[in-house]
Amino acid sequence: MRIIIVGCGKVGATIISQLSKEGHDITIVDIDRDVVEETANAYDVMGVVGNGASYNVLKDAGIDTADLLLAVTDSDEQNLLTCLIAKKVGGCNTIARVRNPIYSEEVRFISEELGLSMIINPEMTAAQEIARILRFPAAVKIDTFAKGKVEILKFIVPEGSLLDGCALGEISKKVKADILICTVERKEEAIIPNGSFVLKAGDKVSIVSSPAHAREFFKRIGINIQRVRDVLIIGGGKMAYYLAEMLQTTGIQVKIIEQDEERCKQLADSLPKAQIICGDGTDQDVLLEEGVTRSDAFVSLTGIDEENILLSLYVHTVSNAKIVTKVNRSAFSEVIASMDLGSVIYPKYITADHIVRYVRAKQNAEGNSVESLYHLIDNKVEALEFKVQENAPVCNIPLEKLSIKKNVLVACIYRDEKTIIPNGKSEIKAGDTVIVVSGIQGFHDLSDILEEKA
Amino acid sequence: MNFSVILYLLGNVLLLEGVLMLLPCVTALIYREPQGVIYLLVALLCALLGYFLRRGRSQKLIFYAKEGFVAVGLSWIVLSLAGAIPFVLTGEIPSYTDALFETISGFTTTGASILRDVEALSHVSLLWRSFTHWIGGMGVIVFLLALLPASGGYNMNLMRAESPGPQVGKLVPKVSETAKILYSIYMFITVLEIVVLIVAGMPVFDALCISFGSAGTGGFGVLNDSCASYAPHLQWIITLFIILFGVNFNAYYYLLRSKNKKEAFQIEEVRVYFAVILLSVIFISFNIRSFFATYSEALRHSAFQVGSIITTTGFATTDFNLWPNFSKTILVLLMFVGACAGSTGGGIKVSRIIIFNRTVQAEVRRFIHNRSVEMVRMDGKSLDQDTVRSVSVYLVAYVLIFVASVFLLSLTGTDLVTDFTAVAATLNNIGPGLNAVGPTGNYADMSLIAKYVLMFDMLAGRLELFPMLLLVVPATYRKN
Repeated sequence: MRIIIVGCGKVGATIISQLSKEGHDITIVDIDRDVVEETANAYDVMGVVGNGASYNVLKDAGIDTADLLLAVTDSDEQNLLTCLIAKKVGGCNTIARVRNPIYSEEVRFISEELGLSMIINPEMTAAQEIARILRFPAAVKIDTFAKGKVEILKFIVPEGSLLDGCALGEISKKVKADILICTVERKEEAIIPNGSFVLKAGDKVSIVSSPAHAREFFKRIGINIQRVRDVLIIGGGKMAYYLAEMLQTTGIQVKIIEQDEERCKQLADSLPKAQIICGDGTDQDVLLEEGVTRSDAFVSLTGIDEENILLSLYVHTVSNAKIVTKVNRSAFSEVIASMDLGSVIYPKYITADHIVRYVRAKQNAEGNSVESLYHLIDNKVEALEFKVQENAPVCNIPLEKLSIKKNVLVACIYRDEKTIIPNGKSEIKAGDTVIVVSGIQGFHDLSDILEEKA
Repeated sequence: MNFSVILYLLGNVLLLEGVLMLLPCVTALIYREPQGVIYLLVALLCALLGYFLRRGRSQKLIFYAKEGFVAVGLSWIVLSLAGAIPFVLTGEIPSYTDALFETISGFTTTGASILRDVEALSHVSLLWRSFTHWIGGMGVIVFLLALLPASGGYNMNLMRAESPGPQVGKLVPKVSETAKILYSIYMFITVLEIVVLIVAGMPVFDALCISFGSAGTGGFGVLNDSCASYAPHLQWIITLFIILFGVNFNAYYYLLRSKNKKEAFQIEEVRVYFAVILLSVIFISFNIRSFFATYSEALRHSAFQVGSIITTTGFATTDFNLWPNFSKTILVLLMFVGACAGSTGGGIKVSRIIIFNRTVQAEVRRFIHNRSVEMVRMDGKSLDQDTVRSVSVYLVAYVLIFVASVFLLSLTGTDLVTDFTAVAATLNNIGPGLNAVGPTGNYADMSLIAKYVLMFDMLAGRLELFPMLLLVVPATYRKN
């Protein structure tokens, strides 16, 4: 596909890196010449310097022949204007980043009236992910499929647990629960394991199952699944606002520590149920005074990665709270993964996943298109959800008879409101929703899981 | 420095050369010449060696700017070292130094020859000699980029190191697609020229060699008198095509793809290029009219020589060494101007000349109003400081290499005009100079040192100086 990306900031760059890996023809537009040159050097893309909302600049970038335009500059208004003009000139699909809470309530109206294909709000999607984790703190990361009916949960095998030293084949005997272990991370390795694989304490394990079965499973292996009752959030940015709003509706107590007085007043005004503290969240005394040792969960959302990491490390030493850490930059992710930071949230990856999913689905409008996509382990393993159409080549054949590619796992089949954890005898039928976990990237169609016929 | 990626690239280059060397083998079959066996053996050897070098590829195929420049510089040297072997083995050029000179001259599209009697060569060797022009014209690395699986944006560092011009950009987002487009255009015009020449009555073998020579703006002919004995209408056809090959290939892309065809004619560089050609032809035609019987003959010879020199091809239809001083001076000046950036021609490049001029103008205006803020513009857009700076540095480096080369040549006992034009003709990838190295002379009598200096100049000229300079600087080989 021919894609134009306007704005090469953090989110822009992540999207460019993902999409260029998938082989699309990408043209980037940014006002800053140095940024354009640097990005065009690092990825196989073409650069245009200029304001993306300008008709002539878009012409230069080839809007006439583009299939999709993404506007991800800092300014919501400019993104909307860019999409509006692009739509009028080129008639392509458009996606805008809009993150101001004022607009976020009017997203549907805006996108319908302006003819946008999609509006992305990284802060809000990240907040949703954090809220999910806080409702189920046993997991480090939760990805949902089939409209929330199927989840992939990631958790760390605790010391001395039932699972420590247990081979995967024996788990179903020991713990009677309808779940499937789809990936294991051990040190820097990402493994899609088979039945003889033996788990160890400290492994990061992802399981696929329905939410109810997952709860059952965690109970049986002795992991506390109580949801948190109160949350301490450091930093009162947009993400904190969205998160507080979501948590309030489920009755979780929210306390936000924010430094800027003006911002505190705004937050207090728009979040009447939350407690807003004006103070320096990185000050140890302030944290202790506000009861950091007693709260059930701690979320660090300041604008500076180093502060977030340091805060989370500190809290880990003084309490048993569920910790969530926001990290913006993706560099040194191996180092970050090796620290006790609880759940690490990368907002830009979440956004990039959304966009990649959209692009893959667009590319394959007629086939068994991608419904959801998550990166389970950095950029190594993907989990994809497919809707199965009539006549798909995988239909009505037992899985053991299909020649499925190595490092690819059919993790779950969702049929008639029921989740099926498949075995070799299971068959995929038309109308099913299938979840595939794959160490190979770039699948567009369900049939991509099959070995190509030589 | 990551040597494993460099070796991987060198392996690919050798493999490609092996494959390309099969073309002369086909010629050998047609003309039943025994030399073909030698070409076949060398081709196999290259391919085999290339295959083994490729196997040691490292995990990460990333060419940072430094590796890109060094890899491209070394590729061209390896390419020439291997390409010279058949000439020695067939006994047609017994000295390896001479064979290497001839091959480098071929790949860099210079066309400077050490052969006294070209017609004595076998058809196989003649074809290989001309074919090296065609390969070198658009570049081996660009060819490889079109074939190799894409491995990220760092490929641009390779393309930048090999492609001529102050600003190397892409036509389409992907490097490999850009390379494919460039080669398609290149191949199309080459085939067109071959067909036109054959239809117009040139023997097929000559048409092939001359077309390869003009496509790469090289200049190796198949006859001792270059192009002088071809019929006038054939000379006109060659003139037209060599001038076309000196045009920035972006213009052809705009003509093909862009909805707004006018864009092709609005490129300033292309306009200036044609203006310079037109003026030079007019001046020289008047200056030399007394040498020829008719005006049309004077016009033909002046157009041919101007086209041949400005595009740095180096074909000749007459001995311009005998022309009046004024005409010779224009030709020598045209040697330095060169063709357009992004074409197959050499020289300083028209766009750089434009930028020099405007930089000087801006500087002069700053003397008058010393608070004035001046921007150097081209094609209606102001150039950023980095481009202007790199163009100026290019000129300085160019002059330094030029002076050093002339100085080294002066030690070997040739006269000043010969030394000066020999360096100009090799550093600008033209071929013939004046006096001893004029259109009727050759480089055979140059001393050994002079030949190696000129070989360096040819490579430096083709790769636009810096890849070759990087190779001789010790800092390149330090660990960090």
